[in-house]
Amino acid sequence: MVTVNFAGLVPIALALVMAPLLQGVINRTKAFFAGRQGAPVWQPYFDLARLLGKGAVYSRTTTWVFVAGPVVGLASILAALTLMPLGGVGAFLAFSGDLVLMLYLLGLMRFVTVLAALDTGSSFEGMGASREVTFAALAEPPVFLTLAILAQKTGALSLSGILAGIGPTLWVTAGPMLALLTTALFLVFLAENARIPVDDPTTHLELTMIHEVMVLDHSGPDFAMILYGASLKLWLLGSLVVGLILPAGLPWFVAWPAAVGALILLAILTGVVESTMARLRMHKVPQFLIGALIMTLLALVLGAR
Amino acid sequence: MSHAVLIAAAILLPLVGGLLGRLVGFHSGLARLTAAAGGVLGGLAGLGLGGDILWNGGQAIVNWPWFATGYGLTLAVDPLSAFFLLPVSVLTALAAVYGVAYLGHSHGGSSGAGHGAIDPANVGLFAGLLQTGMVLVLLVQDALGFLFSWELMSIAAFFVIALDDGQAENRSAAWTYLVATHIGSAFLILFFLFLGHRAGGLTFTDLARVTLSGQAQALLFVAALCGFGAKAGFVPLHVWLPDAHPAAPSHISAVMSGVMIKTGIYGLLRALTFLGAPPAWWGWVLVIIGFTSGILGMVFALAQRDLKRLLAYSSVENIGIVTLGMGIGLFGVATGQTTMGVLGLAGSLLHVLNHAMFKGVLFLGAGALVQGTGTRDLDHLGGLSRRMPGAAGSFLVGAVAICGLPPLNGFVSEFLIYLAAFHGLLGGQGFALLPSFLVIAGLALIGGLAAACFTNVYGIAFLGEPRTRAAGEVGASPGLMTLGMSGLALACVLLAIALPVVLPGLAPVLAPLLPIDGPTLLLELLRAGAPLRGVLALGALLLLLVGFLAFVRGRLLAGREVGETPTWDCGYAAPTARMSYTGSSFTQPLNDLFEPVRTGTVERPALVGLFPAPGRMATHPGDSFVGHLFTPLFTGAETLFQRLRWVQSGRLQVYVLYIAVTLLVLLGWNLW
Repeated sequence: MVTVNFAGLVPIALALVMAPLLQGVINRTKAFFAGRQGAPVWQPYFDLARLLGKGAVYSRTTTWVFVAGPVVGLASILAALTLMPLGGVGAFLAFSGDLVLMLYLLGLMRFVTVLAALDTGSSFEGMGASREVTFAALAEPPVFLTLAILAQKTGALSLSGILAGIGPTLWVTAGPMLALLTTALFLVFLAENARIPVDDPTTHLELTMIHEVMVLDHSGPDFAMILYGASLKLWLLGSLVVGLILPAGLPWFVAWPAAVGALILLAILTGVVESTMARLRMHKVPQFLIGALIMTLLALVLGAR
Repeated sequence: MSHAVLIAAAILLPLVGGLLGRLVGFHSGLARLTAAAGGVLGGLAGLGLGGDILWNGGQAIVNWPWFATGYGLTLAVDPLSAFFLLPVSVLTALAAVYGVAYLGHSHGGSSGAGHGAIDPANVGLFAGLLQTGMVLVLLVQDALGFLFSWELMSIAAFFVIALDDGQAENRSAAWTYLVATHIGSAFLILFFLFLGHRAGGLTFTDLARVTLSGQAQALLFVAALCGFGAKAGFVPLHVWLPDAHPAAPSHISAVMSGVMIKTGIYGLLRALTFLGAPPAWWGWVLVIIGFTSGILGMVFALAQRDLKRLLAYSSVENIGIVTLGMGIGLFGVATGQTTMGVLGLAGSLLHVLNHAMFKGVLFLGAGALVQGTGTRDLDHLGGLSRRMPGAAGSFLVGAVAICGLPPLNGFVSEFLIYLAAFHGLLGGQGFALLPSFLVIAGLALIGGLAAACFTNVYGIAFLGEPRTRAAGEVGASPGLMTLGMSGLALACVLLAIALPVVLPGLAPVLAPLLPIDGPTLLLELLRAGAPLRGVLALGALLLLLVGFLAFVRGRLLAGREVGETPTWDCGYAAPTARMSYTGSSFTQPLNDLFEPVRTGTVERPALVGLFPAPGRMATHPGDSFVGHLFTPLFTGAETLFQRLRWVQSGRLQVYVLYIAVTLLVLLGWNLW
């Protein structure tokens, strides 16, 4: 059965409008920790507007794949948004196994971004693409296992059903398990969104970068689509983390503000992590992700009792 | 047309085409056309036959008396064979079309491609024999005929691999294959003899009626697993695949990888219909085999630079996915979780069909690269999508589909297997949950690794700058080759749309494997397949969004300044193709990570002093199962058999004595 929930259009609209704000909040938090004034929280919107108003420059090496990368990438994340519930209110579309489709749509986004990076023939972008696929491959098992464990605990097979089934009762009966899963998801959230300690979004000219270095050659509206897609991804995976913590079943006028508030808190937490930690050396990143996997396995053992 | 005519056409036309092609072998063009015509017509007949049985239901049976021996060859198309007939027919026909141009242009080609020396008439003959063998394997309905057809198919493949026998590695590949396939056959002979003995007859109807004790059932299952697993390429029986596929001409590699190894899956499913209700441990065994084959197949594939070896390992991975589905399905059947059983087996079957299509595209595309550039080494390619747009487009479709990404067909079958595992989470308790978790975690990791592998293949071979002169000067592929490739790519797209709709049509195919009656099964498929409509809707939404965003982008850029520059490389003024990332460097982080399970040798230069001398570094990816399992095993066997060498003294008298003694013993046994 495919359930259509028109109330689920509101979270999509919220995401479309508010996603770049999270980026601004993170930057503001980092500025606070660094003792700087910092850019306004609306800066990401200004950036997007400026980029959308510009022309573009393309490398002579590139083909249509380079142009298709941002377009298909943004389309994938937009399609994925229709499956993500917010604050315990069901998503626009829900069906058994929709979580697989959502995660694979993120996979499609990564696939086209990586191909666009390789299309430039640049060794920098090749390097970034190589790291992206490596870490993404290691990040898949913890996310899938987390959602599988939650599906088993809540007896639901759709994202909306699973997140609706996580409430205070489950936190009381299986608190340690949920805490482990939330932590694991948060670690993957940091890795997938190219944040410290896996990636450093601010120094994109260094050889150590992953996501930023893959999009070096994009400009103008193409680059705007990439930045907007990235902030939507931050919002999407953030909603998943937040969904584990917020109690389900609240009326909409409490649930949505609470969820947005929680997302902003998550952004502040991310900013705190970024300000207080150094980026890991590249060969430590797999250990970081395998750490997340071990947490989910521990949760699996705890949940099996 | 009556079924009997279609059956005869599907079986005989490829062989006749191949034979006629051999007869007119003096004229290369005519030979290629004749053989291909046989393959295409045979494929069309097979497609009509399979489609008719699946669409209209029922089955077709013909009985061919076998040269007045009193032994009748019973051929029948039931839904299970009809289902497997579809990919076999489509892929062999399109590969035959492709082969006309592929073989024509490889004459006098560079020696690097390795197919300069082979006679197209021979390729046509053995390709026809292979097709005939595969169709026979699917249609034959008794054990003796099955073993005969199995051998026909296996031997035909041996000849195709050995055609280019000027190169030592191809001869070695052919021998490895021959040994592997015969070890498999030995288990199959045991399987059918034992089962036939218990059943008191050798026709499949006899075999299906037998009731077995638990022990006999277990022994037979293991024999079938080893016998059919050697053909399908279960790890560790996969070692022949990566050698055999590069040795064969590319369109035959496509057939071998796309459908020949699937006859192993067909055989296993057919065997399951004889063995009765499956115990839960069969599900466990298959899930574990699928898990290891899937992950190790991808781990080995990532380390390859040879494109066709890489694709061969990726076939091991996909067989792993098929086995995961079959395992979770059987586990569901054994534990009474019908939805899980139906979804797992359905996903497994559909993945067989899907993999035949996208692996076909990828191997045909690899053939186009090999033919154009004369090399299979990824790191010597680059920038080909500008020069071979047709091959590049089809290959991209295949690459997205094989990673199981939406909106293409690979996602549909993987989704069903995921869904089966998720349903297992709802019904199970304690240890019964573990297979589901294994399947979910396994598929997730396989998906991630496959994305790494195929972004590597596509990005390094088709995008960027050409890394060698040959890659920079290649022209577009001939029309017939493009036709073959785009036909299969189109099939991937069409299947993605059609499969969610026609899923309930699988009911008769699945019926013999499940202990539930037809209407319940149909209902279960309708119910369990409903989420696929969501998948389809999201796929449509995705395409709409892509169109919309592309339109917006076009409008935004219209009238604005759009410039062109070289790729930005931190301001470096003279970039060359040698600076761009290679496939080896792209996959290096993952390869380092999986180093412990994957043996290989690395030659590193010794760097001494402040200004070290120039050095060379070379990596040779290995297969840990060859080095650590099969080489010691076969060396051990050889030393053991050396001790029996005295039996073969080479003197005629001794052999006469052997014959006499044997006859005497037989006589005595008979008189006893």
